[in-house]
Amino acid sequence: MSHSALDGGPAAAGSTPAFDPEPGRPKASTALPVRKRRRSFLPYGLIAPAAILELLIHIGPMLLGIWIAFISLTQLNLTNWLNAPFVGLQNFINGLNPESTIGQAFFSTVGRTLFYTIMVVGFSWVLGMAGAVFLSSNFKGRALLRTFFLVPYALPAYVGTIAWAFMFNQRDGAVNQILVDTFRLVGDERPFWLLGQNSFGAMIVVNVWQLWPFAFLMLMAALQNVPHDVYEAAAIDGASLWQQFRTITLPMVRPANGVLLMVMSLWTFNQFNIPFVLFGASSPKEATLISPLIYQNSFGSWNFGLGGAMSVLLLIALFIASVFYIRMVLPKGADND
Amino acid sequence: MKNPLKVISAVAATVALALGLSGCGGGGSSQASSDTITYWASDQGNSLDDTATKLKPSLDRFTEKTGVKVQLEVISWTDLYNRILTAVTSGDGPDVLNIGNTWAVTLQETGAFEPVEGELLNAIGGKDRFLKTSWSTGGAEGKTPTSVPLYGLAYNMYYNTKMFKEAGIEKAPTTWDEFVADAKKLTKDTNGDGKPDQWGFTAAGASVSANSHQAFVRGLQNGGSLFDKDGKPTFDSDPQVAGVKQFVDLMAVDKVMSPSDAEISQGAQKVDNLINGKAAMMFDQSPLKNFAARDFKDWGVAPIPMMTADATGGRGTQSHVAGINLSVFKNSDNKANAIKLAAFLTSDEEQVALNKAYSSLPVVTAASKDAAFQTEEVKAKNDALSNHSLPMPLIAKEGQMETLTGTAIKNLFAKAATGTVTENDIKAALKDANNQMAAAQ
Repeated sequence: MSHSALDGGPAAAGSTPAFDPEPGRPKASTALPVRKRRRSFLPYGLIAPAAILELLIHIGPMLLGIWIAFISLTQLNLTNWLNAPFVGLQNFINGLNPESTIGQAFFSTVGRTLFYTIMVVGFSWVLGMAGAVFLSSNFKGRALLRTFFLVPYALPAYVGTIAWAFMFNQRDGAVNQILVDTFRLVGDERPFWLLGQNSFGAMIVVNVWQLWPFAFLMLMAALQNVPHDVYEAAAIDGASLWQQFRTITLPMVRPANGVLLMVMSLWTFNQFNIPFVLFGASSPKEATLISPLIYQNSFGSWNFGLGGAMSVLLLIALFIASVFYIRMVLPKGADND
Repeated sequence: MKNPLKVISAVAATVALALGLSGCGGGGSSQASSDTITYWASDQGNSLDDTATKLKPSLDRFTEKTGVKVQLEVISWTDLYNRILTAVTSGDGPDVLNIGNTWAVTLQETGAFEPVEGELLNAIGGKDRFLKTSWSTGGAEGKTPTSVPLYGLAYNMYYNTKMFKEAGIEKAPTTWDEFVADAKKLTKDTNGDGKPDQWGFTAAGASVSANSHQAFVRGLQNGGSLFDKDGKPTFDSDPQVAGVKQFVDLMAVDKVMSPSDAEISQGAQKVDNLINGKAAMMFDQSPLKNFAARDFKDWGVAPIPMMTADATGGRGTQSHVAGINLSVFKNSDNKANAIKLAAFLTSDEEQVALNKAYSSLPVVTAASKDAAFQTEEVKAKNDALSNHSLPMPLIAKEGQMETLTGTAIKNLFAKAATGTVTENDIKAALKDANNQMAAAQ
């Protein structure tokens, strides 16, 4: 229920009374006492360090990136970028022209990145949920298993990915050693995992491997808050395990789930490290994601304006999607408490 | 009094954090201390460590002579270009650095490097000390160069003599047709499983720069060029497509190159293939250090095959004018000492020592006469460099050209490894690269 002027809420603060009950009588000052004013500065003082740092290391560079999208920044004016020519929307036009090679690459990459995000987040969530439900009951060795599940998340991303790159190597990698030499699961030909069609799947495997422990950790924390007696009551009423999961577990972890899915989607959509370490500076066509494409346009072609324009488009798209998601999916505070 | 204290401490914390942060941003790699300079060296040895080990005696001699210490960082070829770009962008780089000489014009255009004139030109003893071909790579024609040659290189064909003998091949091929025919003879199934495990030729199919060198050389041999007279890209012209097709066909059609080569991005891996007897021939610039490290003696060297044995001019191109140059960063706080290091590394004695260690060619005439550079291999390299090489296009967008053509060929090798590649595929890939190049101009 929202506040109103009647209960002294914010709406009352700025309203003027319709009539003065005691005309002519001097009014008490509405200014806050000095001590109260001092105290009201304290929260700002406390939040200032974080705000200044956020401005310096996040907001500032972001605004700079937006500015770059509107100028023609190449190596010719890199060292004097403040004087780079302003080109208005030209970078956006180049990046979005479906007739051009650059535009075609941009649109096909956005589609591929969306599909990639759905696959990675989907698999990671299912695995994370399965792991969290599995470890929510008490059994011997649970702590050990929990630690084991978190290993991919604890490893530095680069180390894990480079190990996968070695394992996926066509000639000497462990994956083909197991699939071809040991079990003969894919015929006699050693498939390529980091080239052609398979590269997309390989990238999904590595990303899910790295991401699912995060989903597992968050969902396990959320499951701790579900009271056990609710399950007992449901079991007495004859609910199957699946029914208990669908009607108790899922609704109970919904707030955590909402945030989790959004964070994982944003991370995955912007994924750069995994393809860069797996494939190098240029990914195979079948596995090019949007962030590596922006990198190629910026640092491969030294066309920073175009890279900046694509980044801004990405920012706008993700911002709209996030706002829509937050309004539609995330719980509205008190309503769901 | 408690509240004001809280406020003061919060503000103090803010100020301290802000100051700490600005402290993080400053400093960088340029040393403030005047007796230390920073040097980024390219990877010229068998590994980053090997490069540093071989460079150390020279740098120690420099410190002994001048009292200036050198803080060295060796950077791999896969990272060097981007590291330089980052340094240029931020204005916060080393005092002295190595560059691939094909990037010289591109980097010259950034304006981030010290022009080779005045004090710097005097310190290195003037341009007449240097080989003409190497000096020509220092920057765009008609402009003051911004880099000085340091190591000279050129492509030759290296082959495994033992494998040649086993296949009954008496001498190295001189024409492309002979080369392909010999490569087919050398491609064998040695373990009887019906699939070749010994290959006629090996290359780093995922190396963007090595692929772009072949696009350049093979295009010229077929009578084409990467750019027309007006500087417009012509990657997809018929002779260029024919040249790239010859190279990609080694895997896609002739089947003399292992599909696994499509995943090789480091040149050292292909040298290993030759040493291990997995492949018989390769094109390379300086594999002798790798041969020596593995005590491999069964190798021979010959010129890169041409379309006809007596081809001259553009059609007689076997290599680009390869090599490594040295630049002084304009933003250096320590320019006087940076110039001293540039002069020292290009001195006659150090040219002999360093090029001997890295099996490359001296870029100063006096050092070329040293006994260490009178071997058959060096003569072959010298011949390629003097008589059969042209500089990569000396244009500002050379870097983009390397990235675009090299990546197109990398993707074509990937396609060949996982399926088939037609002439139309090659044309389409080069057309895409051409369009992107045109858009970047």
